[in-house]
Amino acid sequence: MVQIKRLQEDGIDTLAVIGEIDASSSIELDLSIAKSVGEGFKKILVDCSSLEYISSAGLGVFMSYIEEFKDKGISMVMFGLNEKVANNFSILGLADLLHICGTKEEAKQLVNELSI
Amino acid sequence: MRARALIRITFLGAFIAWLVLIFSDVTILFSDIRGLHPDIPVWLPRFVFDLYVLCLFYYYKFKIEKEESLNFTDLLWRVFATGLVATVVSLGLRLILFLLGDTALATNILFTDVVYHINLALFLSFLMAAFTSWKRLILYQKSKWLIRVWTVFEFTLLFALLYDSINSGANGTLSTIIAVLLGGLGLVLTANMKWVAYLNFKQKWTSLLLLLLAFFYLGYFFYTTTRLADFIGIQSTSFLDFREHTFSLSIFGFVMVYSLFSFLVILFNLPTSSVFEQKLEEVVNFQRISQSIQTEQSEESVYNILLESSVSSVFADAAWLEIKSASEEDRLFTYGISEPEARAIQEHVFNNKIKGVLDQGVDKTKNLSKHLGTLKGARFRSLLSFPIVVKGEAIGTLAILKELPEGFNKEMTRVVSTFANQAGISIENFRLLEEAFQNERYKEELKIAKTVQKSLLPENLESNDDFDIAAFSQSADEVGGDYYDTIRINDHKVALIIADVSGKGTTAAFHMSQMKGIFHSLAQQELDPHEFMVRANQALVFCLERGSFISAIYFVVDSKSREITYCRAGHCPVLYYTCATDKSAYLQDKGAALGMVKNKTYCNMIDVYQLKYEKGDVMVLYTDGITEANDSKGEEFGYENLEKTILEVKNKDAKEIQEHLISRLYEYSGTDDINDDFTTMIVRFK
Repeated sequence: MVQIKRLQEDGIDTLAVIGEIDASSSIELDLSIAKSVGEGFKKILVDCSSLEYISSAGLGVFMSYIEEFKDKGISMVMFGLNEKVANNFSILGLADLLHICGTKEEAKQLVNELSI
Repeated sequence: MRARALIRITFLGAFIAWLVLIFSDVTILFSDIRGLHPDIPVWLPRFVFDLYVLCLFYYYKFKIEKEESLNFTDLLWRVFATGLVATVVSLGLRLILFLLGDTALATNILFTDVVYHINLALFLSFLMAAFTSWKRLILYQKSKWLIRVWTVFEFTLLFALLYDSINSGANGTLSTIIAVLLGGLGLVLTANMKWVAYLNFKQKWTSLLLLLLAFFYLGYFFYTTTRLADFIGIQSTSFLDFREHTFSLSIFGFVMVYSLFSFLVILFNLPTSSVFEQKLEEVVNFQRISQSIQTEQSEESVYNILLESSVSSVFADAAWLEIKSASEEDRLFTYGISEPEARAIQEHVFNNKIKGVLDQGVDKTKNLSKHLGTLKGARFRSLLSFPIVVKGEAIGTLAILKELPEGFNKEMTRVVSTFANQAGISIENFRLLEEAFQNERYKEELKIAKTVQKSLLPENLESNDDFDIAAFSQSADEVGGDYYDTIRINDHKVALIIADVSGKGTTAAFHMSQMKGIFHSLAQQELDPHEFMVRANQALVFCLERGSFISAIYFVVDSKSREITYCRAGHCPVLYYTCATDKSAYLQDKGAALGMVKNKTYCNMIDVYQLKYEKGDVMVLYTDGITEANDSKGEEFGYENLEKTILEVKNKDAKEIQEHLISRLYEYSGTDDINDDFTTMIVRFK
């Protein structure tokens, strides 16, 4: 089960992902990101500090947006990944494709730099 | 067969008893007139009379009471037929007597006695037939109490019969007590008329007629036998006078009273019989609707039966049923009304903005009828409308029409609303049934998919003098997305692959089959692992849907140079045990999963690694289902556990290592119900 909370400040849309993302709950993640993109945000932060587990389907969701973000000039930065989740990202080789930071401040800075 | 024999025996018994009765009675009468002492005992006629009655009792018991197929009018018909035969015979006798005129024979007392006995026998036979039939009618829908009362009644009658034969003359105190008792019991029993309610209108008329004729027979016989008995009585009292018998009088009285009561009850029930018939029809209609789900092939049949049933239950002239559905356009089923006509009324009602058409709570008859009056050319003057609800959602409207104005009352409204509810349930059941069939079919198809997918995984894995391989795969769903395979490239090179499709279930299984196709076509071309991955990615990028990817590791094992060349595309890192140093490690290397990056940059994201293998080395390939297997507390099996488990059996051969790992895994999760696909392939070098 997953819960996604959205918070908008300074033109940055922050998605706080709480819980676990498996094949069925990945749809929810997909919808949230799509909504954010649909609303025209160019800077998206994903707060993973409360994300306990992510399955391959969940990783697929992030991955599926890489091309779209590139085309639309949207930058997405993730932060606060726990070790297990981070490991999942790096095994898949996603760490090189996505922007991953340790803290929210770093992430904010990175997303601002990227969108210039 | 046995019943038939019994019927014949009892009939024969009755006949013989009757013959003896006539003979003895005539003899005694003759002796009395001549002032002689009779050669036979005086009690003989009374005794054989009892025998005759008992034989008749059992004769009718077998003939009428045990006959299951008789319905109420059949029973009355039996009584009537018996009476008819008896009366015709008696009238025949009368005709003979009339033809004889005032001859010596006709006035002879002995001859009169014979005629009297024939009439009495016919009379009693008719009485017993009626008695047995009435018994069946009274005991229809019997209770324990009623059966007891009846048994007491029958035994009292038997007692009266025996008492009569011992004590001639019905004037004793005991006779009076018996008569009163029988009268009381008879009245209690007479109150049981439940069968009348089950007669339909036509049957009631038939019954009235039959009962009327039965009265006639009773009256005729009573009159005839009384006249004859009077005639004999003037000259002698030494004959069997039925009027002195409590039994005969009681049974006559009982049959008479019950016939009379039945007649009256049926007569007064005549006007209301249509109501009962209607109720019965409602019940039958309900049954038809319920049964139609099982027997009928389509929803349409259920709708048509509903229309027909509701129209016939409230004596309506027409009805329509409109079924709304999201996917298709509204469907209209009509009965006794054409579709354009129904549409016209709908439009008219809609145009008049009449509220409450779909509301069950209000009585709509008046409102709608008034509005129908304003519709030109409509033949209907009353309209009743109900919503049909399935799972709390109105799926349609049932409308009932009558040509009469103000044609529906509250009762009818209730009946139709019950029909509408029942129809809702029926339709829901029908849809559920349909769904269940569909699910069953899907299950079957999944089973086929499972067999097909099983056949995609190799039965035999490559091996040679340098290494042997053991593999195991299990899917969480019917079909899974894990794949492993081996292929021999040439005499010293073997290609190995392990892959995991993101997600699980059917989609994953399809992608897995694509992976197999790619592996088999590319591995044959002796490509190096890097080239293999780049080409596989290129192929998969356009095959996989958005968000899907495949993680894989591709190995080429060269037994000539004793080298492994491999590429890791986002798959779980390989666990490698080196025998020489007795150490194991996960091979940390770089590589992105297949199908994620849709351009040429992928070739920079993947690296080729090489390592030399020695005798005794073990290479463990697995999918994330193994490391992510949860125990009862939700803790993952993890990399450390995996490593530990392998080290426990590091010196065993590939098959043993694999079996140990899988049994450990099941032990750890504590259940057979795994939630992800898991696969392992163990390579042991020799």
